[in-house]
Amino acid sequence: MQNVSQHPQGSSDTAAGPDRIVLDDTAIRRALVRIAHEIVERNEALDALYLVAIPNGGVPLARQLAANVHEISGLDLPVGVLDTTLYRDDLSLRGERPPLRVTEMPSAVDDRIVVLVDDVANTGRTIRAAMDALMDFGRPRAVQVVALVDRGHRELPIRIDYVGKNIPTQVRELVVLRGRDGTLDPPLEVRVQTSRVEGVHGAQGRGDG
Amino acid sequence: MIGRDLLGIEDLDRAEIERILETAQRMQEVGLREIKRVPTLRGRTIVNLFFESSTRTRTSFEIAGKRLSADVINFTAESSSLSKSESILDTARTLDAMAPDAVIVRHKVAGVPKRIADVLECPVINAGDGAHEHPTQALLDLLTVLEEKQRIDGLTVVIVGDILHSRVARSNIYGFLKLGAEVRVAGPPTLLPPGIETLGVKAYTSLREAIDGADVVMALRIQSERLSNAYVPSVREYSALWGLDRAKMRFAKEDAIVMHPGPINRGVEIAHDLADRRPSVILDQVRNGVALRMAVLYLLTGRASASAVESTR
Repeated sequence: MQNVSQHPQGSSDTAAGPDRIVLDDTAIRRALVRIAHEIVERNEALDALYLVAIPNGGVPLARQLAANVHEISGLDLPVGVLDTTLYRDDLSLRGERPPLRVTEMPSAVDDRIVVLVDDVANTGRTIRAAMDALMDFGRPRAVQVVALVDRGHRELPIRIDYVGKNIPTQVRELVVLRGRDGTLDPPLEVRVQTSRVEGVHGAQGRGDG
Repeated sequence: MIGRDLLGIEDLDRAEIERILETAQRMQEVGLREIKRVPTLRGRTIVNLFFESSTRTRTSFEIAGKRLSADVINFTAESSSLSKSESILDTARTLDAMAPDAVIVRHKVAGVPKRIADVLECPVINAGDGAHEHPTQALLDLLTVLEEKQRIDGLTVVIVGDILHSRVARSNIYGFLKLGAEVRVAGPPTLLPPGIETLGVKAYTSLREAIDGADVVMALRIQSERLSNAYVPSVREYSALWGLDRAKMRFAKEDAIVMHPGPINRGVEIAHDLADRRPSVILDQVRNGVALRMAVLYLLTGRASASAVESTR
Protein backbone atom coordinates (compact mmCIF):
# COMPACT_ATOMS: atom_id res chain seq x y z
CA MET A 1 0.00 0.00 0.00
CA GLN A 2 2.90 2.30 0.52
CA ASN A 3 3.42 2.28 -3.20
CA VAL A 4 -0.01 3.61 -3.97
CA SER A 5 0.81 7.28 -3.88
CA GLN A 6 4.02 7.31 -5.79
CA HIS A 7 2.63 9.26 -8.69
CA PRO A 8 4.40 12.51 -9.47
CA GLN A 9 3.63 15.46 -7.25
CA GLY A 10 1.24 17.90 -8.82
CA SER A 11 -0.74 15.38 -10.75
CA SER A 12 -3.26 15.31 -7.95
CA ASP A 13 -5.19 18.43 -8.89
CA THR A 14 -6.12 17.44 -12.41
CA ALA A 15 -9.63 16.83 -13.64
CA ALA A 16 -9.70 13.69 -11.52
CA GLY A 17 -9.97 15.90 -8.46
CA PRO A 18 -7.54 16.73 -5.67
CA ASP A 19 -6.35 14.34 -3.00
CA ARG A 20 -7.57 15.21 0.44
CA ILE A 21 -6.00 14.29 3.73
CA VAL A 22 -8.75 12.95 5.96
CA LEU A 23 -6.57 11.94 8.93
CA ASP A 24 -3.19 13.40 9.78
CA ASP A 25 -0.63 11.92 12.14
CA THR A 26 -2.10 13.61 15.22
CA ALA A 27 -5.61 12.45 14.39
CA ILE A 28 -4.36 8.91 13.77
CA ARG A 29 -2.53 8.85 17.12
CA ARG A 30 -5.59 10.17 18.92
CA ALA A 31 -7.81 7.55 17.26
CA LEU A 32 -5.42 4.76 18.25
CA VAL A 33 -5.39 5.94 21.89
CA ARG A 34 -9.18 5.93 21.96
CA ILE A 35 -9.39 2.51 20.31
CA ALA A 36 -6.87 1.09 22.78
CA HIS A 37 -9.09 2.31 25.65
CA GLU A 38 -12.13 0.76 23.98
CA ILE A 39 -10.34 -2.57 23.58
CA VAL A 40 -9.34 -2.59 27.24
CA GLU A 41 -12.86 -1.62 28.35
CA ARG A 42 -14.62 -4.16 26.20
CA ASN A 43 -12.49 -7.18 27.10
CA GLU A 44 -12.24 -8.41 30.66
CA ALA A 45 -9.79 -11.16 29.76
CA LEU A 46 -7.03 -8.77 28.75
CA ASP A 47 -4.38 -11.47 28.92
CA ALA A 48 -6.23 -13.39 26.17
CA LEU A 49 -5.93 -10.52 23.68
CA TYR A 50 -3.85 -11.00 20.56
CA LEU A 51 -3.44 -8.19 18.03
CA VAL A 52 -3.17 -9.47 14.46
CA ALA A 53 -2.29 -6.93 11.78
CA ILE A 54 -3.34 -7.21 8.16
CA PRO A 55 -0.35 -6.05 6.09
CA ASN A 56 0.80 -3.67 5.07
CA GLY A 57 -1.24 -0.84 6.54
CA GLY A 58 -2.35 -2.69 9.66
CA VAL A 59 1.18 -3.36 10.88
CA PRO A 60 2.20 0.09 12.21
CA LEU A 61 -1.31 0.57 13.61
CA ALA A 62 -1.23 -2.73 15.54
CA ARG A 63 2.20 -1.90 16.96
CA GLN A 64 0.95 1.49 18.13
CA LEU A 65 -2.17 -0.11 19.63
CA ALA A 66 0.02 -2.58 21.53
CA ALA A 67 2.09 0.30 22.89
CA ASN A 68 -1.07 2.17 23.89
CA VAL A 69 -2.56 -0.88 25.62
CA HIS A 70 0.72 -1.29 27.48
CA GLU A 71 0.48 2.31 28.64
CA ILE A 72 -3.08 1.83 29.85
CA SER A 73 -2.86 -1.61 31.43
CA GLY A 74 0.81 -2.54 31.68
CA LEU A 75 0.17 -5.62 29.57
CA ASP A 76 2.35 -6.58 26.60
CA LEU A 77 0.01 -7.96 23.97
CA PRO A 78 1.41 -10.25 21.27
CA VAL A 79 1.31 -8.72 17.80
CA GLY A 80 1.01 -10.99 14.76
CA VAL A 81 0.97 -10.25 11.06
CA LEU A 82 -1.40 -12.17 8.82
CA ASP A 83 -1.30 -11.83 5.04
CA THR A 84 -4.67 -12.53 3.45
CA THR A 85 -3.54 -12.71 -0.18
CA LEU A 86 -3.74 -16.49 -0.53
CA TYR A 87 -7.30 -16.37 0.86
CA ARG A 88 -8.68 -13.62 -1.37
CA ASP A 89 -11.89 -14.34 -3.26
CA ASP A 90 -10.87 -12.39 -6.37
CA LEU A 91 -7.67 -14.24 -7.23
CA SER A 92 -9.24 -16.10 -10.14
CA LEU A 93 -10.56 -12.82 -11.57
CA ARG A 94 -7.18 -11.14 -11.72
CA GLY A 95 -4.43 -11.65 -14.27
CA GLU A 96 -1.14 -10.94 -12.62
CA ARG A 97 -0.80 -12.51 -9.20
CA PRO A 98 -0.61 -10.00 -6.36
CA PRO A 99 2.62 -10.10 -4.37
CA LEU A 100 2.51 -12.00 -1.10
CA ARG A 101 3.25 -10.19 2.13
CA VAL A 102 4.88 -11.49 5.27
CA THR A 103 2.90 -13.63 7.70
CA GLU A 104 4.30 -13.89 11.23
CA MET A 105 2.13 -15.40 13.89
CA PRO A 106 4.31 -15.61 17.03
CA SER A 107 1.60 -17.03 19.29
CA ALA A 108 -1.05 -19.70 18.89
CA VAL A 109 -4.55 -18.32 18.33
CA ASP A 110 -6.36 -21.08 20.21
CA ASP A 111 -8.61 -19.58 22.88
CA ARG A 112 -7.25 -16.08 22.26
CA ILE A 113 -9.38 -13.01 21.65
CA VAL A 114 -7.96 -12.03 18.30
CA VAL A 115 -8.23 -8.37 17.34
CA LEU A 116 -7.68 -7.97 13.60
CA VAL A 117 -6.18 -4.59 12.73
CA ASP A 118 -6.60 -3.12 9.25
CA ASP A 119 -6.07 0.39 7.95
CA VAL A 120 -9.14 0.73 5.75
CA ALA A 121 -12.34 -1.31 5.89
CA ASN A 122 -14.66 -1.16 2.94
CA THR A 123 -16.27 -4.16 1.27
CA GLY A 124 -15.50 -6.53 4.14
CA ARG A 125 -13.81 -8.98 1.80
CA THR A 126 -10.35 -8.57 3.31
CA ILE A 127 -11.76 -9.21 6.79
CA ARG A 128 -13.55 -12.30 5.47
CA ALA A 129 -10.25 -13.55 4.02
CA ALA A 130 -8.46 -12.75 7.28
CA MET A 131 -10.99 -14.73 9.29
CA ASP A 132 -10.57 -17.74 7.03
CA ALA A 133 -6.80 -17.48 7.35
CA LEU A 134 -7.08 -17.13 11.11
CA MET A 135 -9.10 -20.34 11.40
CA ASP A 136 -6.24 -22.20 9.74
CA PHE A 137 -4.09 -21.21 12.70
CA GLY A 138 -6.51 -22.50 15.30
CA ARG A 139 -9.74 -21.73 17.11
CA PRO A 140 -9.85 -18.26 18.61
CA ARG A 141 -12.23 -17.59 21.50
CA ALA A 142 -13.47 -14.49 19.68
CA VAL A 143 -12.51 -12.29 16.77
CA GLN A 144 -12.87 -8.50 16.82
CA VAL A 145 -11.93 -5.99 14.17
CA VAL A 146 -10.20 -2.60 14.24
CA ALA A 147 -10.24 -0.33 11.20
CA LEU A 148 -8.62 3.09 11.24
CA VAL A 149 -10.99 4.17 8.48
CA ASP A 150 -14.35 2.66 7.60
CA ARG A 151 -15.61 3.55 4.13
CA GLY A 152 -18.74 1.50 4.59
CA HIS A 153 -19.34 0.03 1.15
CA ARG A 154 -19.93 -3.37 2.73
CA GLU A 155 -20.56 -6.34 0.44
CA LEU A 156 -20.48 -8.99 3.17
CA PRO A 157 -22.10 -9.13 6.61
CA ILE A 158 -18.99 -7.96 8.45
CA ARG A 159 -19.05 -5.59 11.42
CA ILE A 160 -16.14 -3.42 12.46
CA ASP A 161 -15.90 -3.33 16.26
CA TYR A 162 -13.54 -0.38 16.62
CA VAL A 163 -13.55 2.41 14.03
CA GLY A 164 -11.07 5.28 13.96
CA LYS A 165 -13.19 7.37 11.64
CA ASN A 166 -16.09 6.78 9.29
CA ILE A 167 -15.31 8.40 5.97
CA PRO A 168 -17.95 8.53 3.27
CA THR A 169 -16.33 8.02 -0.11
CA GLN A 170 -17.18 7.32 -3.70
CA VAL A 171 -16.63 3.71 -4.67
CA ARG A 172 -14.06 4.72 -7.25
CA GLU A 173 -12.02 6.74 -4.80
CA LEU A 174 -8.97 5.28 -3.09
CA VAL A 175 -8.25 5.59 0.60
CA VAL A 176 -4.62 5.04 1.46
CA LEU A 177 -2.55 5.08 4.61
CA ARG A 178 0.95 6.25 4.03
CA GLY A 179 3.96 7.49 5.90
CA ARG A 180 7.09 9.38 5.15
CA ASP A 181 8.54 9.00 1.65
CA GLY A 182 6.19 6.26 0.58
CA THR A 183 6.93 4.07 3.63
CA LEU A 184 4.74 3.31 6.60
CA ASP A 185 7.05 5.16 8.99
CA PRO A 186 5.56 8.10 10.89
CA PRO A 187 4.28 10.68 10.37
CA LEU A 188 1.32 8.78 8.98
CA GLU A 189 -1.62 10.20 7.11
CA VAL A 190 -4.75 8.89 5.42
CA ARG A 191 -5.57 10.33 2.03
CA VAL A 192 -8.55 10.02 -0.24
CA GLN A 193 -7.54 9.92 -3.87
CA THR A 194 -9.63 9.82 -6.96
CA SER A 195 -8.73 6.79 -8.99
CA ARG A 196 -7.32 7.96 -12.30
CA VAL A 197 -7.23 4.60 -14.02
CA GLU A 198 -10.16 2.22 -14.03
CA GLY A 199 -9.47 -0.62 -11.66
CA VAL A 200 -6.33 1.00 -10.33
CA HIS A 201 -7.17 0.05 -6.78
CA GLY A 202 -6.97 -3.60 -7.69
CA ALA A 203 -3.56 -3.24 -9.22
CA GLN A 204 -1.99 -1.13 -6.53
CA GLY A 205 -3.25 -1.42 -3.07
CA ARG A 206 -5.71 -3.06 -0.83
CA GLY A 207 -7.06 -0.18 1.19
CA ASP A 208 -10.35 -1.01 -0.40
CA GLY A 209 -11.39 -4.15 1.37
CA MET B 1 5.99 -10.18 -15.69
CA ILE B 2 6.52 -13.94 -15.68
CA GLY B 3 5.78 -15.76 -18.90
CA ARG B 4 3.14 -18.37 -19.39
CA ASP B 5 5.45 -21.36 -18.95
CA LEU B 6 8.55 -22.16 -16.92
CA LEU B 7 10.75 -24.08 -19.32
CA GLY B 8 14.21 -22.91 -18.33
CA ILE B 9 16.16 -20.40 -16.29
CA GLU B 10 17.77 -19.22 -19.53
CA ASP B 11 14.44 -17.59 -20.46
CA LEU B 12 14.08 -15.65 -17.18
CA ASP B 13 15.52 -12.28 -16.32
CA ARG B 14 16.82 -11.25 -12.95
CA ALA B 15 13.60 -9.52 -11.87
CA GLU B 16 11.52 -12.58 -12.71
CA ILE B 17 13.84 -14.86 -10.75
CA GLU B 18 13.74 -12.50 -7.79
CA ARG B 19 9.97 -12.34 -7.88
CA ILE B 20 9.73 -16.14 -7.80
CA LEU B 21 12.22 -16.32 -4.90
CA GLU B 22 10.41 -13.64 -2.92
CA THR B 23 7.09 -15.41 -3.41
CA ALA B 24 8.71 -18.68 -2.31
CA GLN B 25 10.03 -17.03 0.85
CA ARG B 26 6.46 -16.08 1.76
CA MET B 27 5.21 -19.59 0.90
CA GLN B 28 7.68 -21.11 3.37
CA GLU B 29 5.51 -19.88 6.22
CA VAL B 30 2.62 -22.11 5.08
CA GLY B 31 4.83 -25.15 5.58
CA LEU B 32 5.40 -24.20 9.22
CA ARG B 33 1.71 -24.16 10.10
CA GLU B 34 -0.17 -26.94 11.76
CA ILE B 35 -2.65 -26.87 8.88
CA LYS B 36 -0.31 -26.71 5.92
CA ARG B 37 -2.89 -25.73 3.36
CA VAL B 38 -4.21 -22.52 1.85
CA PRO B 39 -7.28 -22.36 -0.42
CA THR B 40 -5.62 -20.47 -3.28
CA LEU B 41 -5.91 -23.12 -6.02
CA ARG B 42 -9.15 -24.72 -4.87
CA GLY B 43 -10.91 -26.33 -7.80
CA ARG B 44 -7.82 -26.19 -9.99
CA THR B 45 -6.24 -29.28 -11.52
CA ILE B 46 -2.51 -29.82 -11.79
CA VAL B 47 -1.13 -32.72 -13.79
CA ASN B 48 2.24 -34.29 -13.09
CA LEU B 49 3.21 -35.72 -16.49
CA PHE B 50 6.37 -37.71 -15.88
CA PHE B 51 7.85 -39.73 -18.73
CA GLU B 52 10.94 -40.38 -16.64
CA SER B 53 10.62 -41.66 -13.12
CA SER B 54 11.42 -39.27 -10.31
CA THR B 55 9.91 -39.84 -6.94
CA ARG B 56 11.46 -36.79 -5.34
CA THR B 57 10.57 -34.08 -7.82
CA ARG B 58 7.13 -35.50 -8.51
CA THR B 59 6.34 -35.74 -4.80
CA SER B 60 7.59 -32.22 -4.23
CA PHE B 61 5.29 -30.83 -6.93
CA GLU B 62 2.45 -32.96 -5.60
CA ILE B 63 2.84 -31.63 -2.06
CA ALA B 64 3.19 -28.08 -3.39
CA GLY B 65 -0.04 -28.38 -5.38
CA LYS B 66 -1.91 -29.93 -2.47
CA ARG B 67 -0.76 -27.24 -0.05
CA LEU B 68 -2.40 -24.77 -2.41
CA SER B 69 -5.58 -26.94 -2.41
CA ALA B 70 -5.27 -27.96 -6.06
CA ASP B 71 -6.23 -31.43 -7.24
CA VAL B 72 -3.02 -33.11 -8.34
CA ILE B 73 -3.15 -35.93 -10.86
CA ASN B 74 -0.06 -38.08 -11.42
CA PHE B 75 0.38 -39.32 -14.94
CA THR B 76 3.53 -41.42 -15.16
CA ALA B 77 4.40 -43.02 -18.46
CA GLU B 78 7.08 -45.48 -19.33
CA SER B 79 10.09 -43.71 -20.73
CA SER B 80 9.34 -43.03 -24.34
CA SER B 81 11.95 -43.13 -27.02
CA LEU B 82 12.42 -40.29 -29.47
CA SER B 83 10.66 -42.27 -32.18
CA LYS B 84 7.54 -42.25 -30.04
CA SER B 85 7.54 -38.48 -29.65
CA GLU B 86 4.42 -38.26 -31.77
CA SER B 87 2.54 -40.15 -29.11
CA ILE B 88 3.81 -37.70 -26.49
CA LEU B 89 2.00 -34.90 -28.25
CA ASP B 90 -1.09 -37.08 -28.51
CA THR B 91 -0.86 -37.60 -24.79
CA ALA B 92 -0.57 -33.85 -24.35
CA ARG B 93 -3.63 -33.18 -26.50
CA THR B 94 -5.62 -35.74 -24.56
CA LEU B 95 -4.61 -34.02 -21.34
CA ASP B 96 -5.47 -30.64 -22.76
CA ALA B 97 -9.00 -31.80 -23.46
CA MET B 98 -9.35 -32.39 -19.72
CA ALA B 99 -8.62 -28.69 -19.13
CA PRO B 100 -5.86 -28.81 -16.53
CA ASP B 101 -4.65 -25.54 -15.01
CA ALA B 102 -0.97 -26.49 -15.11
CA VAL B 103 1.03 -29.42 -16.43
CA ILE B 104 4.41 -30.41 -15.04
CA VAL B 105 6.55 -32.33 -17.50
CA ARG B 106 9.63 -34.45 -17.08
CA HIS B 107 11.18 -36.26 -20.02
CA LYS B 108 14.58 -37.71 -20.76
CA VAL B 109 14.71 -35.89 -24.08
CA ALA B 110 15.60 -32.21 -24.10
CA GLY B 111 12.92 -29.95 -25.57
CA VAL B 112 9.90 -32.16 -24.92
CA PRO B 113 8.35 -29.77 -22.35
CA LYS B 114 8.60 -26.98 -24.92
CA ARG B 115 6.88 -29.11 -27.56
CA ILE B 116 4.13 -29.97 -25.11
CA ALA B 117 3.80 -26.31 -24.11
CA ASP B 118 3.26 -25.44 -27.77
CA VAL B 119 0.26 -27.76 -27.83
CA LEU B 120 -1.30 -27.03 -24.43
CA GLU B 121 -3.47 -24.08 -23.47
CA CYS B 122 -2.33 -24.12 -19.86
CA PRO B 123 1.09 -23.29 -18.37
CA VAL B 124 3.75 -25.97 -18.61
CA ILE B 125 6.49 -26.36 -16.02
CA ASN B 126 9.65 -28.19 -16.98
CA ALA B 127 10.57 -30.66 -14.24
CA GLY B 128 13.71 -31.76 -16.07
CA ASP B 129 14.29 -32.50 -19.75
CA GLY B 130 17.33 -34.47 -20.82
CA ALA B 131 20.55 -32.53 -20.33
CA HIS B 132 18.74 -29.24 -21.00
CA GLU B 133 17.26 -27.64 -17.87
CA HIS B 134 15.66 -28.32 -14.51
CA PRO B 135 14.50 -24.83 -13.60
CA THR B 136 12.72 -25.50 -10.31
CA GLN B 137 15.81 -27.29 -8.97
CA ALA B 138 17.96 -24.25 -9.71
CA LEU B 139 15.38 -21.92 -8.18
CA LEU B 140 15.20 -23.97 -4.99
CA ASP B 141 18.99 -23.99 -4.87
CA LEU B 142 19.00 -20.19 -5.21
CA LEU B 143 16.37 -19.99 -2.46
CA THR B 144 18.48 -22.18 -0.19
CA VAL B 145 21.63 -20.12 -0.77
CA LEU B 146 19.68 -16.91 -0.22
CA GLU B 147 18.38 -18.30 3.06
CA GLU B 148 21.92 -19.18 4.16
CA LYS B 149 23.82 -16.15 2.86
CA GLN B 150 21.10 -13.46 2.55
CA ARG B 151 22.48 -12.66 -0.91
CA ILE B 152 23.59 -14.21 -4.17
CA ASP B 153 25.46 -11.22 -5.58
CA GLY B 154 29.21 -11.60 -5.26
CA LEU B 155 29.19 -15.19 -3.96
CA THR B 156 31.51 -17.81 -5.41
CA VAL B 157 29.60 -20.96 -6.35
CA VAL B 158 31.32 -24.16 -7.41
CA ILE B 159 29.45 -26.91 -9.26
CA VAL B 160 31.29 -30.22 -9.15
CA GLY B 161 30.89 -33.37 -11.21
CA ASP B 162 29.19 -34.36 -14.43
CA ILE B 163 28.67 -30.93 -15.95
CA LEU B 164 28.32 -32.44 -19.43
CA HIS B 165 25.11 -34.37 -18.82
CA SER B 166 23.61 -32.28 -16.03
CA ARG B 167 20.48 -30.19 -16.52
CA VAL B 168 20.81 -29.18 -12.87
CA ALA B 169 24.23 -27.71 -13.66
CA ARG B 170 22.93 -25.79 -16.69
CA SER B 171 19.98 -24.31 -14.86
CA ASN B 172 22.11 -23.39 -11.87
CA ILE B 173 24.77 -21.80 -14.07
CA TYR B 174 22.13 -19.54 -15.63
CA GLY B 175 20.48 -18.80 -12.30
CA PHE B 176 23.53 -17.95 -10.25
CA LEU B 177 25.09 -15.91 -13.05
CA LYS B 178 21.90 -13.91 -13.55
CA LEU B 179 21.81 -13.07 -9.86
CA GLY B 180 25.42 -11.91 -9.87
CA ALA B 181 27.41 -14.83 -8.47
CA GLU B 182 30.74 -16.06 -9.77
CA VAL B 183 30.22 -19.60 -11.02
CA ARG B 184 32.95 -22.20 -11.31
CA VAL B 185 32.48 -25.67 -12.72
CA ALA B 186 34.82 -28.53 -11.92
CA GLY B 187 35.02 -32.15 -12.98
CA PRO B 188 36.94 -34.73 -14.95
CA PRO B 189 37.87 -33.32 -18.40
CA THR B 190 35.65 -35.96 -20.00
CA LEU B 191 32.63 -34.52 -18.16
CA LEU B 192 33.31 -30.84 -18.82
CA PRO B 193 31.61 -29.71 -22.03
CA PRO B 194 34.06 -27.97 -24.38
CA GLY B 195 33.39 -24.26 -24.57
CA ILE B 196 31.48 -24.15 -21.27
CA GLU B 197 33.34 -20.90 -20.50
CA THR B 198 31.25 -19.12 -23.13
CA LEU B 199 28.34 -19.28 -20.67
CA GLY B 200 30.36 -17.07 -18.33
CA VAL B 201 31.73 -19.67 -15.94
CA LYS B 202 35.28 -20.68 -15.10
CA ALA B 203 36.15 -24.32 -15.70
CA TYR B 204 38.54 -26.26 -13.46
CA THR B 205 40.01 -29.72 -13.68
CA SER B 206 41.35 -29.44 -10.14
CA LEU B 207 38.80 -29.57 -7.37
CA ARG B 208 41.19 -27.95 -4.92
CA GLU B 209 41.67 -24.92 -7.16
CA ALA B 210 37.95 -24.69 -7.86
CA ILE B 211 36.98 -24.84 -4.19
CA ASP B 212 39.50 -22.22 -3.12
CA GLY B 213 37.60 -19.44 -1.40
CA ALA B 214 34.15 -20.76 -2.37
CA ASP B 215 30.95 -19.81 -0.55
CA VAL B 216 28.86 -22.64 -2.01
CA VAL B 217 30.01 -26.07 -3.21
CA MET B 218 27.40 -28.05 -5.09
CA ALA B 219 28.02 -31.69 -5.97
CA LEU B 220 26.07 -33.22 -8.84
CA ARG B 221 24.78 -36.76 -8.94
CA ILE B 222 26.91 -39.01 -11.11
CA GLN B 223 24.85 -41.55 -13.01
CA SER B 224 26.15 -45.09 -12.73
CA GLU B 225 26.23 -45.49 -16.50
CA ARG B 226 28.79 -42.68 -16.71
CA LEU B 227 31.02 -44.54 -14.31
CA SER B 228 30.93 -47.66 -16.48
CA ASN B 229 31.07 -45.81 -19.79
CA ALA B 230 34.71 -44.70 -20.00
CA TYR B 231 33.93 -41.17 -18.81
CA VAL B 232 35.53 -42.01 -15.49
CA PRO B 233 38.06 -44.77 -14.82
CA SER B 234 36.40 -46.03 -11.63
CA VAL B 235 34.09 -45.11 -8.81
CA ARG B 236 36.99 -45.14 -6.42
CA GLU B 237 39.00 -42.73 -8.53
CA TYR B 238 36.02 -40.44 -9.03
CA SER B 239 35.38 -40.39 -5.32
CA ALA B 240 39.03 -39.75 -4.49
CA LEU B 241 39.38 -36.87 -6.96
CA TRP B 242 35.88 -35.34 -7.02
CA GLY B 243 34.04 -36.59 -3.96
CA LEU B 244 33.48 -33.86 -1.37
CA ASP B 245 34.73 -34.45 2.14
CA ARG B 246 35.70 -32.31 5.10
CA ALA B 247 39.36 -32.31 4.13
CA LYS B 248 38.65 -30.86 0.69
CA MET B 249 36.16 -28.37 2.10
CA ARG B 250 38.96 -26.81 4.16
CA PHE B 251 39.95 -24.88 1.04
CA ALA B 252 36.54 -23.26 0.82
CA LYS B 253 35.48 -20.34 2.99
CA GLU B 254 34.99 -21.22 6.61
CA ASP B 255 31.23 -20.74 6.37
CA ALA B 256 30.85 -22.43 2.99
CA ILE B 257 27.82 -24.68 2.48
CA VAL B 258 27.56 -28.00 0.66
CA MET B 259 24.65 -28.77 -1.63
CA HIS B 260 23.45 -31.71 -3.68
CA PRO B 261 20.27 -32.04 -5.78
CA GLY B 262 19.81 -35.65 -4.63
CA PRO B 263 19.54 -38.51 -4.57
CA ILE B 264 23.06 -38.84 -3.20
CA ASN B 265 25.44 -41.65 -4.00
CA ARG B 266 26.82 -41.77 -0.51
CA GLY B 267 30.57 -42.01 -0.34
CA VAL B 268 30.88 -41.17 -4.05
CA GLU B 269 29.88 -37.54 -4.53
CA ILE B 270 29.83 -36.65 -0.85
CA ALA B 271 31.39 -38.38 2.14
CA HIS B 272 28.91 -39.79 4.66
CA ASP B 273 29.87 -37.52 7.50
CA LEU B 274 29.64 -34.47 5.27
CA ALA B 275 26.24 -35.28 3.80
CA ASP B 276 24.29 -35.56 7.00
CA ARG B 277 25.04 -32.35 8.84
CA ARG B 278 26.44 -28.89 8.51
CA PRO B 279 27.84 -27.54 6.33
CA SER B 280 25.52 -29.71 4.22
CA VAL B 281 22.12 -28.09 3.53
CA ILE B 282 20.76 -30.95 1.45
CA LEU B 283 17.59 -31.41 3.48
CA ASP B 284 16.98 -27.66 3.46
CA GLN B 285 17.06 -27.89 -0.33
CA VAL B 286 14.32 -30.52 -0.21
CA ARG B 287 12.23 -28.46 2.20
CA ASN B 288 12.66 -25.32 0.11
CA GLY B 289 11.65 -27.26 -2.99
CA VAL B 290 8.05 -27.43 -1.81
CA ALA B 291 7.79 -23.69 -1.09
CA LEU B 292 9.51 -22.84 -4.35
CA ARG B 293 7.13 -25.01 -6.37
CA MET B 294 4.15 -23.51 -4.55
CA ALA B 295 5.41 -20.10 -5.66
CA VAL B 296 5.80 -21.20 -9.27
CA LEU B 297 2.33 -22.76 -9.33
CA TYR B 298 0.81 -19.65 -7.74
CA LEU B 299 2.46 -17.25 -10.16
CA LEU B 300 1.89 -19.23 -13.35
CA THR B 301 -1.73 -20.21 -12.73
CA GLY B 302 -2.59 -16.53 -12.27
CA ARG B 303 -1.65 -15.76 -15.81
CA ALA B 304 -3.61 -18.74 -17.09
CA SER B 305 -6.79 -17.68 -15.38
CA ALA B 306 -6.51 -14.21 -16.87
CA SER B 307 -6.62 -15.62 -20.38
CA ALA B 308 -9.47 -17.90 -19.36
CA VAL B 309 -11.47 -14.91 -18.17
CA GLU B 310 -10.79 -13.07 -21.39
CA SER B 311 -11.83 -15.98 -23.56
CA THR B 312 -15.20 -16.30 -21.83
CA ARG B 313 -16.09 -12.64 -22.25
